[in-house]
Amino acid sequence: MIEGLSRSAARNIFFGGSAFFFLVFAGLTAHSHYYIVNVSTNQEGLTPSVIAGKHVWEKHSCINCHSLHGEGAYFAPEIGNVWTRYGGEENPDGARASLKGWIRAQPLGVPGRRQMPYFDLSEEELDNLIDFFRWADAMDTQGWPPNKAG
Amino acid sequence: MKYATQRVALPFFALALALFALQVTFGILAATVYVLPEFLVDYVPFHIMRMSHTNLLIVWLLIGFMGCTYYLLPEEAESEIHSPMIAYVQLAIFAVAGAGALVSYQFGIHEGREFLEQPLWSKILITVSFLMFLYNSSRTLLVGRKTAINSVLMLGLWLAAIFWLFAFYNPGNLGLDKLYWWWIVHIWVEGVWELIMASLLAYLLIKLTGVDREIIEKWLYVIIGLALFSGLLGTGHHYYWIGAPAYWQPIGSIFSTLEVAPFFAMVMFAFYMFWKGRRNHPNKSAMLWTLGSAAVAFFGAGVWGFMHTLSFVNYYTHGTQVTAAHGHLAFYGAYVMMVLAVITYAMPQLRGRQPYNQILNMWSFWVMTSAMCFMTFTLTFAGVVQTHLQRVMGINYMEVQQQLELFYYMRLGAGVFVAIAAVMFLVAIFGPAREELPEGMALTAR
Repeated sequence: MIEGLSRSAARNIFFGGSAFFFLVFAGLTAHSHYYIVNVSTNQEGLTPSVIAGKHVWEKHSCINCHSLHGEGAYFAPEIGNVWTRYGGEENPDGARASLKGWIRAQPLGVPGRRQMPYFDLSEEELDNLIDFFRWADAMDTQGWPPNKAG
Repeated sequence: MKYATQRVALPFFALALALFALQVTFGILAATVYVLPEFLVDYVPFHIMRMSHTNLLIVWLLIGFMGCTYYLLPEEAESEIHSPMIAYVQLAIFAVAGAGALVSYQFGIHEGREFLEQPLWSKILITVSFLMFLYNSSRTLLVGRKTAINSVLMLGLWLAAIFWLFAFYNPGNLGLDKLYWWWIVHIWVEGVWELIMASLLAYLLIKLTGVDREIIEKWLYVIIGLALFSGLLGTGHHYYWIGAPAYWQPIGSIFSTLEVAPFFAMVMFAFYMFWKGRRNHPNKSAMLWTLGSAAVAFFGAGVWGFMHTLSFVNYYTHGTQVTAAHGHLAFYGAYVMMVLAVITYAMPQLRGRQPYNQILNMWSFWVMTSAMCFMTFTLTFAGVVQTHLQRVMGINYMEVQQQLELFYYMRLGAGVFVAIAAVMFLVAIFGPAREELPEGMALTAR
Protein backbone atom coordinates (compact mmCIF):
# COMPACT_ATOMS: atom_id res chain seq x y z
CA MET A 1 0.00 0.00 0.00
CA ILE A 2 2.83 2.35 0.91
CA GLU A 3 4.58 1.95 -2.48
CA GLY A 4 1.84 3.89 -4.26
CA LEU A 5 2.18 6.84 -1.91
CA SER A 6 4.68 9.66 -2.45
CA ARG A 7 6.46 11.41 0.39
CA SER A 8 4.77 14.74 -0.27
CA ALA A 9 1.35 13.07 -0.46
CA ALA A 10 2.04 11.38 2.88
CA ARG A 11 3.04 14.74 4.36
CA ASN A 12 -0.09 16.47 3.09
CA ILE A 13 -2.32 13.71 4.45
CA PHE A 14 -0.58 14.06 7.81
CA PHE A 15 -1.07 17.82 8.05
CA GLY A 16 -4.60 17.83 6.68
CA GLY A 17 -5.77 14.89 8.77
CA SER A 18 -4.14 16.14 11.97
CA ALA A 19 -5.70 19.57 11.56
CA PHE A 20 -9.10 17.97 10.99
CA PHE A 21 -8.88 15.67 14.01
CA PHE A 22 -7.55 18.48 16.17
CA LEU A 23 -10.52 20.68 15.30
CA VAL A 24 -12.96 17.87 16.06
CA PHE A 25 -11.19 17.18 19.35
CA ALA A 26 -11.12 20.87 20.31
CA GLY A 27 -14.82 21.21 19.45
CA LEU A 28 -15.80 18.19 21.54
CA THR A 29 -13.63 19.46 24.40
CA ALA A 30 -15.44 22.80 24.26
CA HIS A 31 -18.76 20.98 24.42
CA SER A 32 -17.49 18.82 27.30
CA HIS A 33 -16.46 21.99 29.13
CA TYR A 34 -20.01 23.30 28.74
CA TYR A 35 -21.42 19.93 29.82
CA ILE A 36 -19.24 19.72 32.94
CA VAL A 37 -20.11 23.25 34.05
CA ASN A 38 -23.85 22.97 33.34
CA VAL A 39 -24.82 19.32 33.62
CA SER A 40 -22.46 16.92 35.37
CA THR A 41 -21.18 19.08 38.22
CA ASN A 42 -22.90 21.37 40.69
CA GLN A 43 -21.57 24.77 39.66
CA GLU A 44 -23.67 26.64 42.27
CA GLY A 45 -22.36 24.27 44.92
CA LEU A 46 -18.77 25.09 43.96
CA THR A 47 -18.39 27.31 47.01
CA PRO A 48 -15.20 29.03 48.20
CA SER A 49 -14.97 26.23 50.76
CA VAL A 50 -14.98 23.50 48.08
CA ILE A 51 -12.29 25.38 46.11
CA ALA A 52 -10.26 25.87 49.32
CA GLY A 53 -10.67 22.14 49.96
CA LYS A 54 -9.28 21.35 46.50
CA HIS A 55 -6.32 23.52 47.43
CA VAL A 56 -5.79 21.57 50.68
CA TRP A 57 -5.94 18.35 48.63
CA GLU A 58 -3.30 19.73 46.26
CA LYS A 59 -1.09 21.35 48.89
CA HIS A 60 -0.49 17.97 50.52
CA SER A 61 -0.36 16.11 47.19
CA CYS A 62 -2.90 13.52 48.34
CA ILE A 63 -3.06 12.33 44.70
CA ASN A 64 0.40 10.75 45.04
CA CYS A 65 -1.05 8.04 47.29
CA HIS A 66 -4.81 8.12 46.75
CA SER A 67 -6.84 8.15 43.55
CA LEU A 68 -9.64 10.60 42.74
CA HIS A 69 -12.16 9.31 40.20
CA GLY A 70 -9.63 6.58 39.45
CA GLU A 71 -6.68 8.88 38.73
CA GLY A 72 -3.70 9.03 41.03
CA ALA A 73 -1.22 6.70 42.64
CA TYR A 74 -3.29 3.58 43.52
CA PHE A 75 -1.35 3.24 46.82
CA ALA A 76 -4.31 4.22 48.99
CA PRO A 77 -8.10 4.08 48.66
CA GLU A 78 -10.27 5.97 46.16
CA ILE A 79 -11.45 9.38 47.38
CA GLY A 80 -14.01 10.16 44.67
CA ASN A 81 -16.64 8.09 46.52
CA VAL A 82 -15.32 8.35 50.09
CA TRP A 83 -18.32 10.47 51.07
CA THR A 84 -20.67 7.69 49.97
CA ARG A 85 -18.49 5.04 51.62
CA TYR A 86 -18.71 6.87 54.94
CA GLY A 87 -22.48 7.04 54.65
CA GLY A 88 -22.59 10.77 53.88
CA GLU A 89 -25.84 10.43 51.95
CA GLU A 90 -27.77 9.17 54.98
CA ASN A 91 -25.89 10.89 57.78
CA PRO A 92 -23.80 13.89 56.64
CA ASP A 93 -22.80 14.98 60.15
CA GLY A 94 -21.71 11.48 61.12
CA ALA A 95 -19.68 11.04 57.93
CA ARG A 96 -17.98 14.40 58.44
CA ALA A 97 -17.07 13.58 62.03
CA SER A 98 -15.77 10.12 61.07
CA LEU A 99 -13.63 11.46 58.20
CA LYS A 100 -12.14 14.16 60.43
CA GLY A 101 -11.44 11.64 63.16
CA TRP A 102 -9.79 9.26 60.71
CA ILE A 103 -7.52 11.94 59.21
CA ARG A 104 -6.55 13.19 62.68
CA ALA A 105 -5.75 9.67 63.88
CA GLN A 106 -3.00 9.21 61.28
CA PRO A 107 -0.53 7.62 61.36
CA LEU A 108 -2.29 4.66 62.89
CA GLY A 109 0.99 2.89 63.53
CA VAL A 110 -0.53 -0.55 62.94
CA PRO A 111 2.46 -2.82 62.22
CA GLY A 112 2.64 -4.02 58.61
CA ARG A 113 -0.06 -1.59 57.46
CA ARG A 114 0.53 1.26 55.00
CA GLN A 115 0.93 4.48 56.96
CA MET A 116 -0.80 7.72 56.07
CA PRO A 117 1.37 10.61 57.32
CA TYR A 118 0.17 13.11 59.89
CA PHE A 119 -0.94 16.34 58.23
CA ASP A 120 -1.27 19.44 60.34
CA LEU A 121 -4.72 20.61 59.22
CA SER A 122 -6.83 23.21 60.99
CA GLU A 123 -10.52 22.60 61.73
CA GLU A 124 -11.39 24.92 58.82
CA GLU A 125 -9.04 23.13 56.40
CA LEU A 126 -10.58 19.80 57.37
CA ASP A 127 -14.06 21.17 56.72
CA ASN A 128 -12.93 22.57 53.34
CA LEU A 129 -11.37 19.25 52.40
CA ILE A 130 -14.49 17.30 53.29
CA ASP A 131 -16.67 19.81 51.40
CA PHE A 132 -14.45 19.12 48.40
CA PHE A 133 -14.82 15.34 48.81
CA ARG A 134 -18.57 15.73 49.06
CA TRP A 135 -18.74 17.97 45.97
CA ALA A 136 -16.54 15.57 43.95
CA ASP A 137 -18.64 12.59 45.04
CA ALA A 138 -21.75 14.29 43.68
CA MET A 139 -20.28 14.66 40.17
CA ASP A 140 -22.00 12.61 37.47
CA THR A 141 -19.21 10.19 36.55
CA GLN A 142 -21.28 7.95 34.27
CA GLY A 143 -21.83 5.45 37.06
CA TRP A 144 -18.18 4.90 37.95
CA PRO A 145 -16.98 3.27 40.19
CA PRO A 146 -18.97 0.02 40.07
CA ASN A 147 -19.22 -0.16 43.90
CA LYS A 148 -18.08 1.72 46.97
CA ALA A 149 -15.21 -0.63 47.86
CA GLY A 150 -12.62 2.14 47.43
CA MET B 1 31.06 13.28 14.06
CA LYS B 2 30.83 15.66 11.14
CA TYR B 3 29.91 18.86 12.97
CA ALA B 4 31.83 20.23 15.96
CA THR B 5 28.70 21.53 17.71
CA GLN B 6 27.20 18.05 17.95
CA ARG B 7 29.39 17.87 21.04
CA VAL B 8 26.75 20.02 22.78
CA ALA B 9 24.74 16.82 23.21
CA LEU B 10 27.28 15.26 25.59
CA PRO B 11 26.39 17.13 28.82
CA PHE B 12 22.69 16.60 28.04
CA PHE B 13 23.21 12.85 27.78
CA ALA B 14 25.32 12.78 30.94
CA LEU B 15 22.76 14.69 32.99
CA ALA B 16 19.86 12.68 31.55
CA LEU B 17 21.49 9.40 32.53
CA ALA B 18 22.38 10.65 36.01
CA LEU B 19 18.72 11.56 36.55
CA PHE B 20 17.69 8.19 35.10
CA ALA B 21 19.77 6.51 37.81
CA LEU B 22 18.02 8.65 40.44
CA GLN B 23 14.61 7.85 38.95
CA VAL B 24 15.28 4.12 39.26
CA THR B 25 16.50 4.66 42.84
CA PHE B 26 13.26 6.40 43.87
CA GLY B 27 11.29 3.68 42.08
CA ILE B 28 13.01 1.03 44.19
CA LEU B 29 12.37 3.01 47.38
CA ALA B 30 8.66 3.27 46.55
CA ALA B 31 8.47 -0.41 45.58
CA THR B 32 10.07 -1.25 48.93
CA VAL B 33 7.34 0.65 50.79
CA TYR B 34 4.79 -1.53 49.00
CA VAL B 35 6.22 -4.61 50.75
CA LEU B 36 7.63 -3.00 53.93
CA PRO B 37 5.16 -0.20 54.74
CA GLU B 38 7.23 1.25 57.59
CA PHE B 39 10.32 1.69 55.38
CA LEU B 40 11.62 5.30 55.72
CA VAL B 41 8.15 6.37 56.81
CA ASP B 42 9.45 9.16 59.07
CA TYR B 43 11.95 10.49 56.53
CA VAL B 44 10.56 10.22 53.01
CA PRO B 45 6.82 9.47 52.86
CA PHE B 46 5.49 7.48 49.92
CA HIS B 47 3.91 10.42 48.11
CA ILE B 48 7.26 12.21 48.00
CA MET B 49 9.03 9.11 46.63
CA ARG B 50 6.36 8.67 44.00
CA MET B 51 6.39 12.26 42.77
CA SER B 52 10.20 12.17 42.70
CA HIS B 53 10.08 8.96 40.65
CA THR B 54 7.61 10.24 38.05
CA ASN B 55 9.04 13.77 37.81
CA LEU B 56 12.59 12.51 37.34
CA LEU B 57 11.38 10.33 34.48
CA ILE B 58 9.77 13.27 32.69
CA VAL B 59 12.71 15.60 33.32
CA TRP B 60 15.39 13.17 32.18
CA LEU B 61 13.45 12.21 29.07
CA LEU B 62 13.04 15.89 28.15
CA ILE B 63 16.77 16.51 28.68
CA GLY B 64 17.41 13.36 26.64
CA PHE B 65 15.19 14.62 23.80
CA MET B 66 17.10 17.92 23.82
CA GLY B 67 20.41 16.07 23.68
CA CYS B 68 19.16 13.91 20.80
CA THR B 69 18.00 17.06 18.98
CA TYR B 70 21.34 18.82 19.38
CA TYR B 71 23.12 15.69 18.21
CA LEU B 72 21.12 14.99 15.05
CA LEU B 73 20.19 18.51 14.02
CA PRO B 74 23.57 19.57 12.57
CA GLU B 75 23.77 16.36 10.52
CA GLU B 76 20.23 16.65 9.26
CA ALA B 77 20.29 20.42 8.70
CA GLU B 78 23.90 20.32 7.46
CA SER B 79 24.62 23.30 9.63
CA GLU B 80 26.26 23.93 13.02
CA ILE B 81 24.06 24.59 16.08
CA HIS B 82 23.06 28.26 16.13
CA SER B 83 24.58 28.89 19.55
CA PRO B 84 26.30 26.30 21.75
CA MET B 85 26.34 28.92 24.53
CA ILE B 86 22.52 29.15 24.57
CA ALA B 87 22.43 25.35 24.71
CA TYR B 88 24.66 25.20 27.79
CA VAL B 89 22.80 28.03 29.52
CA GLN B 90 19.37 26.50 28.90
CA LEU B 91 20.66 23.14 30.14
CA ALA B 92 21.87 24.83 33.32
CA ILE B 93 18.48 26.51 33.80
CA PHE B 94 16.65 23.23 33.21
CA ALA B 95 18.98 21.45 35.63
CA VAL B 96 18.33 24.09 38.32
CA ALA B 97 14.57 23.84 37.72
CA GLY B 98 14.55 20.03 37.84
CA ALA B 99 17.01 19.54 40.67
CA GLY B 100 15.46 22.43 42.60
CA ALA B 101 12.02 20.83 42.33
CA LEU B 102 13.40 17.44 43.40
CA VAL B 103 15.12 18.91 46.46
CA SER B 104 12.09 20.99 47.41
CA TYR B 105 9.91 17.85 47.30
CA GLN B 106 12.07 16.30 49.99
CA PHE B 107 11.07 19.23 52.24
CA GLY B 108 7.40 18.89 51.38
CA ILE B 109 7.33 21.90 49.03
CA HIS B 110 5.31 21.05 45.93
CA GLU B 111 2.13 21.72 44.01
CA GLY B 112 -0.53 19.08 44.01
CA ARG B 113 -1.63 17.90 40.59
CA GLU B 114 -0.22 14.58 39.47
CA PHE B 115 3.01 14.94 37.43
CA LEU B 116 2.71 18.75 37.66
CA GLU B 117 4.00 18.99 41.23
CA GLN B 118 6.82 21.41 40.32
CA PRO B 119 6.57 24.66 42.31
CA LEU B 120 5.57 27.65 40.17
CA TRP B 121 9.12 29.06 39.95
CA SER B 122 10.31 25.69 38.66
CA LYS B 123 7.54 25.56 36.04
CA ILE B 124 8.51 29.05 34.86
CA LEU B 125 12.21 28.13 34.61
CA ILE B 126 11.30 24.96 32.68
CA THR B 127 9.29 27.10 30.25
CA VAL B 128 12.12 29.63 29.84
CA SER B 129 14.70 26.89 29.27
CA PHE B 130 12.49 25.07 26.78
CA LEU B 131 11.81 28.27 24.83
CA MET B 132 15.56 28.98 24.66
CA PHE B 133 16.04 25.42 23.41
CA LEU B 134 13.34 25.85 20.77
CA TYR B 135 14.79 29.19 19.67
CA ASN B 136 18.26 27.70 19.36
CA SER B 137 17.21 24.58 17.49
CA SER B 138 14.69 26.39 15.25
CA ARG B 139 17.33 28.95 14.23
CA THR B 140 19.59 26.05 13.30
CA LEU B 141 16.84 24.43 11.26
CA LEU B 142 15.83 27.66 9.51
CA VAL B 143 19.26 28.30 7.99
CA GLY B 144 19.85 24.64 7.14
CA ARG B 145 18.44 21.76 5.15
CA LYS B 146 14.86 20.87 6.07
CA THR B 147 14.30 17.13 6.05
CA ALA B 148 11.20 15.28 7.17
CA ILE B 149 13.17 14.03 10.18
CA ASN B 150 14.25 17.38 11.56
CA SER B 151 10.95 19.06 10.64
CA VAL B 152 8.84 16.42 12.38
CA LEU B 153 11.17 16.46 15.38
CA MET B 154 10.88 20.23 15.71
CA LEU B 155 7.12 20.09 15.22
CA GLY B 156 6.84 17.54 18.03
CA LEU B 157 8.99 19.66 20.35
CA TRP B 158 7.08 22.87 19.60
CA LEU B 159 3.74 21.18 20.16
CA ALA B 160 5.02 19.67 23.43
CA ALA B 161 5.90 23.20 24.58
CA ILE B 162 2.52 24.62 23.53
CA PHE B 163 0.50 21.93 25.32
CA TRP B 164 2.73 22.31 28.41
CA LEU B 165 1.16 25.76 28.88
CA PHE B 166 -1.99 24.04 30.20
CA ALA B 167 0.14 23.30 33.30
CA PHE B 168 -0.46 26.92 34.32
CA TYR B 169 -4.26 26.57 34.18
CA ASN B 170 -5.85 25.00 37.24
CA PRO B 171 -9.61 25.57 37.43
CA GLY B 172 -11.47 25.15 40.73
CA ASN B 173 -13.97 22.77 39.11
CA LEU B 174 -12.42 19.30 39.40
CA GLY B 175 -14.08 18.11 36.18
CA LEU B 176 -12.58 20.98 34.18
CA ASP B 177 -9.24 20.49 35.92
CA LYS B 178 -9.15 16.87 34.72
CA LEU B 179 -10.45 17.75 31.24
CA TYR B 180 -7.51 20.09 30.55
CA TRP B 181 -4.93 18.20 32.61
CA TRP B 182 -5.17 15.45 29.98
CA TRP B 183 -4.42 18.04 27.30
CA ILE B 184 -0.89 17.96 28.69
CA VAL B 185 -0.52 14.40 29.91
CA HIS B 186 -2.26 12.48 27.14
CA ILE B 187 -1.44 14.82 24.25
CA TRP B 188 2.21 14.59 25.26
CA VAL B 189 2.71 10.87 25.68
CA GLU B 190 0.09 9.54 23.28
CA GLY B 191 0.39 12.36 20.76
CA VAL B 192 3.20 14.79 20.16
CA TRP B 193 5.92 12.78 21.93
CA GLU B 194 5.22 10.07 19.36
CA LEU B 195 6.32 12.58 16.71
CA ILE B 196 9.61 12.93 18.57
CA MET B 197 9.96 9.16 19.00
CA ALA B 198 9.16 8.42 15.34
CA SER B 199 11.61 10.99 14.03
CA LEU B 200 14.40 9.66 16.27
CA LEU B 201 13.56 6.15 15.05
CA ALA B 202 13.69 7.30 11.42
CA TYR B 203 17.04 9.03 12.01
CA LEU B 204 18.57 5.92 13.57
CA LEU B 205 17.24 3.69 10.79
CA ILE B 206 18.75 5.89 8.07
CA LYS B 207 22.10 5.85 9.86
CA LEU B 208 22.14 2.20 10.83
CA THR B 209 20.56 0.52 7.81
CA GLY B 210 21.44 2.89 4.97
CA VAL B 211 17.95 2.64 3.43
CA ASP B 212 16.98 5.53 1.14
CA ARG B 213 15.81 8.66 2.87
CA GLU B 214 12.83 8.92 0.50
CA ILE B 215 11.41 5.61 1.77
CA ILE B 216 12.17 6.24 5.44
CA GLU B 217 10.63 9.69 5.42
CA LYS B 218 7.48 8.51 3.72
CA TRP B 219 7.04 5.92 6.48
CA LEU B 220 7.67 8.65 9.03
CA TYR B 221 4.73 10.72 7.77
CA VAL B 222 2.48 7.68 7.65
CA ILE B 223 3.38 6.78 11.26
CA ILE B 224 2.89 10.24 12.72
CA GLY B 225 -0.34 10.59 10.75
CA LEU B 226 -1.62 7.40 12.36
CA ALA B 227 -0.41 8.69 15.74
CA LEU B 228 -2.33 11.96 15.64
CA PHE B 229 -5.42 10.73 13.79
CA SER B 230 -5.92 8.14 16.54
CA GLY B 231 -4.27 9.87 19.48
CA LEU B 232 -6.15 13.19 19.53
CA LEU B 233 -9.64 11.72 19.83
CA GLY B 234 -8.07 8.80 21.72
CA THR B 235 -7.82 11.27 24.62
CA GLY B 236 -11.46 10.28 25.05
CA HIS B 237 -10.41 7.14 26.92
CA HIS B 238 -9.49 9.43 29.83
CA TYR B 239 -12.84 11.22 29.64
CA TYR B 240 -15.06 8.24 30.48
CA TRP B 241 -15.45 8.84 34.24
CA ILE B 242 -14.48 12.44 34.98
CA GLY B 243 -17.80 14.16 34.45
CA ALA B 244 -17.52 14.47 30.65
CA PRO B 245 -20.41 13.43 28.35
CA ALA B 246 -21.17 9.76 27.64
CA TYR B 247 -20.26 10.06 23.95
CA TRP B 248 -16.61 9.78 24.93
CA GLN B 249 -17.19 6.08 25.65
CA PRO B 250 -17.66 5.06 21.98
CA ILE B 251 -15.32 7.76 20.63
CA GLY B 252 -12.58 7.00 23.16
CA SER B 253 -12.96 3.24 22.72
CA ILE B 254 -12.69 3.37 18.92
CA PHE B 255 -9.93 5.92 18.55
CA SER B 256 -7.77 4.69 21.41
CA THR B 257 -8.00 1.18 19.95
CA LEU B 258 -6.62 2.71 16.76
CA GLU B 259 -3.70 4.07 18.82
CA VAL B 260 -2.19 0.60 18.44
CA ALA B 261 -1.76 1.30 14.70
CA PRO B 262 1.17 3.76 14.82
CA PHE B 263 3.04 1.45 17.19
CA PHE B 264 2.39 -1.54 14.97
CA ALA B 265 3.57 0.54 11.99
CA MET B 266 6.75 1.42 13.88
CA VAL B 267 7.59 -2.26 14.51
CA MET B 268 6.91 -3.09 10.87
CA PHE B 269 8.95 -0.09 9.78
CA ALA B 270 11.93 -0.86 12.00
CA PHE B 271 12.16 -4.55 11.13
CA TYR B 272 11.41 -4.03 7.44
CA MET B 273 14.20 -1.44 7.13
CA PHE B 274 16.51 -3.70 9.14
CA TRP B 275 16.03 -6.53 6.60
CA LYS B 276 16.09 -4.20 3.60
CA GLY B 277 19.22 -2.33 4.70
CA ARG B 278 22.49 -3.15 3.05
CA ARG B 279 24.70 -1.26 5.44
CA ASN B 280 26.48 -3.43 7.99
CA HIS B 281 26.86 -0.77 10.67
CA PRO B 282 29.37 -1.75 13.35
CA ASN B 283 27.22 -0.33 16.19
CA LYS B 284 25.18 -3.48 16.81
CA SER B 285 24.07 -2.40 20.26
CA ALA B 286 22.47 0.78 18.88
CA MET B 287 20.61 -1.38 16.36
CA LEU B 288 19.45 -3.64 19.19
CA TRP B 289 18.07 -0.74 21.24
CA THR B 290 16.40 0.71 18.13
CA LEU B 291 14.58 -2.49 17.19
CA GLY B 292 13.89 -3.19 20.87
CA SER B 293 12.32 0.22 21.39
CA ALA B 294 9.90 -0.24 18.50
CA ALA B 295 9.00 -3.76 19.67
CA VAL B 296 8.57 -2.98 23.38
CA ALA B 297 6.66 0.23 22.61
CA PHE B 298 4.25 -1.87 20.54
CA PHE B 299 3.64 -4.23 23.47
CA GLY B 300 3.77 -1.66 26.28
CA ALA B 301 1.90 1.22 24.68
CA GLY B 302 -0.06 -0.69 22.05
CA VAL B 303 -1.07 -4.09 23.42
CA TRP B 304 -1.10 -3.19 27.14
CA GLY B 305 -2.91 0.04 26.32
CA PHE B 306 -5.57 -1.74 24.29
CA MET B 307 -6.04 -4.29 27.07
CA HIS B 308 -7.92 -1.80 29.28
CA THR B 309 -8.96 0.94 26.89
CA LEU B 310 -12.45 -0.19 25.88
CA SER B 311 -14.93 1.68 28.06
CA PHE B 312 -16.76 -1.44 29.25
CA VAL B 313 -13.45 -3.02 30.28
CA ASN B 314 -12.07 0.22 31.71
CA TYR B 315 -15.19 0.53 33.88
CA TYR B 316 -13.72 -2.30 35.96
CA THR B 317 -9.95 -1.84 35.51
CA HIS B 318 -9.81 1.95 35.89
CA GLY B 319 -7.64 3.01 38.81
CA THR B 320 -6.08 -0.39 39.43
CA GLN B 321 -2.58 -1.81 39.03
CA VAL B 322 -3.43 -2.61 35.39
CA THR B 323 -2.81 1.07 34.64
CA ALA B 324 0.51 0.96 36.50
CA ALA B 325 1.58 -2.07 34.45
CA HIS B 326 0.76 -0.33 31.17
CA GLY B 327 2.41 2.93 32.24
CA HIS B 328 5.71 1.27 33.11
CA LEU B 329 6.16 -0.71 29.90
CA ALA B 330 4.83 2.02 27.61
CA PHE B 331 7.22 4.68 28.92
CA TYR B 332 10.10 2.24 28.94
CA GLY B 333 9.59 0.98 25.38
CA ALA B 334 8.61 4.16 23.62
CA TYR B 335 10.74 6.80 25.29
CA VAL B 336 13.38 5.36 27.62
CA MET B 337 14.64 2.81 25.09
CA MET B 338 14.56 5.33 22.23
CA VAL B 339 16.69 7.84 24.13
CA LEU B 340 19.08 5.04 25.19
CA ALA B 341 19.26 3.96 21.53
CA VAL B 342 20.30 7.44 20.38
CA ILE B 343 22.82 7.70 23.23
CA THR B 344 24.27 4.28 22.33
CA TYR B 345 24.52 5.38 18.71
CA ALA B 346 25.96 8.84 19.40
CA MET B 347 28.44 8.23 22.22
CA PRO B 348 31.18 6.55 20.16
CA GLN B 349 31.24 9.57 17.84
CA LEU B 350 31.11 11.99 20.76
CA ARG B 351 34.06 10.21 22.38
CA GLY B 352 35.88 9.88 19.05
CA ARG B 353 36.01 6.08 19.08
CA GLN B 354 34.75 3.08 17.21
CA PRO B 355 31.66 1.55 18.87
CA TYR B 356 32.87 0.21 22.21
CA ASN B 357 31.76 -1.97 25.13
CA GLN B 358 29.00 -3.42 23.00
CA ILE B 359 28.73 -6.74 24.78
CA LEU B 360 28.16 -5.05 28.14
CA ASN B 361 25.70 -2.64 26.52
CA MET B 362 23.73 -5.55 25.04
CA TRP B 363 23.71 -7.35 28.39
CA SER B 364 22.25 -4.21 29.88
CA PHE B 365 19.59 -4.20 27.12
CA TRP B 366 18.53 -7.77 27.82
CA VAL B 367 18.59 -7.53 31.62
CA MET B 368 16.75 -4.20 31.69
CA THR B 369 14.16 -5.21 29.11
CA SER B 370 13.50 -8.61 30.70
CA ALA B 371 13.18 -7.01 34.13
CA MET B 372 10.78 -4.34 32.85
CA CYS B 373 8.68 -7.02 31.16
CA PHE B 374 8.64 -9.10 34.34
CA MET B 375 7.63 -6.02 36.35
CA THR B 376 4.82 -5.40 33.87
CA PHE B 377 3.61 -9.01 34.15
CA THR B 378 3.57 -8.93 37.95
CA LEU B 379 1.66 -5.62 37.99
CA THR B 380 -0.74 -6.97 35.37
CA PHE B 381 -1.50 -10.03 37.48
CA ALA B 382 -1.87 -7.80 40.55
CA GLY B 383 -4.22 -5.58 38.57
CA VAL B 384 -6.38 -8.43 37.31
CA VAL B 385 -6.73 -9.90 40.80
CA GLN B 386 -7.45 -6.43 42.19
CA THR B 387 -10.06 -5.75 39.50
CA HIS B 388 -11.87 -8.95 40.29
CA LEU B 389 -11.77 -8.73 44.08
CA GLN B 390 -12.41 -5.02 44.40
CA ARG B 391 -14.43 -3.93 41.39
CA VAL B 392 -16.41 -7.14 40.83
CA MET B 393 -16.65 -8.72 44.30
CA GLY B 394 -16.72 -5.37 46.13
CA ILE B 395 -14.07 -6.27 48.75
CA ASN B 396 -12.52 -3.24 50.42
CA TYR B 397 -9.37 -1.66 48.99
CA MET B 398 -7.01 -2.33 51.91
CA GLU B 399 -8.10 -5.97 52.24
CA VAL B 400 -7.53 -6.52 48.53
CA GLN B 401 -4.07 -4.98 48.72
CA GLN B 402 -3.03 -7.61 51.26
CA GLN B 403 -3.86 -10.28 48.68
CA LEU B 404 -1.42 -8.68 46.23
CA GLU B 405 1.68 -8.82 48.41
CA LEU B 406 3.41 -11.57 46.46
CA PHE B 407 3.15 -9.56 43.23
CA TYR B 408 4.62 -6.51 44.96
CA TYR B 409 7.60 -8.56 46.17
CA MET B 410 8.21 -9.76 42.61
CA ARG B 411 7.88 -6.20 41.30
CA LEU B 412 10.55 -5.05 43.76
CA GLY B 413 12.82 -7.87 42.60
CA ALA B 414 12.32 -6.81 38.99
CA GLY B 415 13.16 -3.23 39.98
CA VAL B 416 16.47 -4.34 41.49
CA PHE B 417 17.41 -5.97 38.18
CA VAL B 418 16.49 -2.77 36.32
CA ALA B 419 18.90 -0.92 38.62
CA ILE B 420 21.66 -3.45 37.96
CA ALA B 421 21.10 -3.09 34.22
CA ALA B 422 21.12 0.70 34.48
CA VAL B 423 24.53 0.55 36.18
CA MET B 424 25.75 -1.77 33.40
CA PHE B 425 24.52 0.75 30.82
CA LEU B 426 26.28 3.64 32.57
CA VAL B 427 29.54 1.67 32.75
CA ALA B 428 29.23 0.63 29.09
CA ILE B 429 28.65 4.24 28.00
CA PHE B 430 30.91 6.28 30.28
CA GLY B 431 33.42 3.66 31.46
CA PRO B 432 36.75 2.95 29.79
CA ALA B 433 36.36 1.57 26.25
CA ARG B 434 37.58 -2.00 26.71
CA GLU B 435 36.89 -3.37 23.25
CA GLU B 436 36.14 -1.51 20.04
CA LEU B 437 34.65 -2.44 16.69
CA PRO B 438 35.42 -3.00 13.88
CA GLU B 439 38.84 -3.98 15.32
CA GLY B 440 37.16 -6.48 17.61
CA MET B 441 35.17 -7.82 14.66
CA ALA B 442 38.33 -8.37 12.68
CA LEU B 443 39.83 -10.21 15.62
CA THR B 444 37.03 -12.77 15.83
CA ALA B 445 37.02 -13.17 12.03
CA ARG B 446 40.67 -14.16 12.08
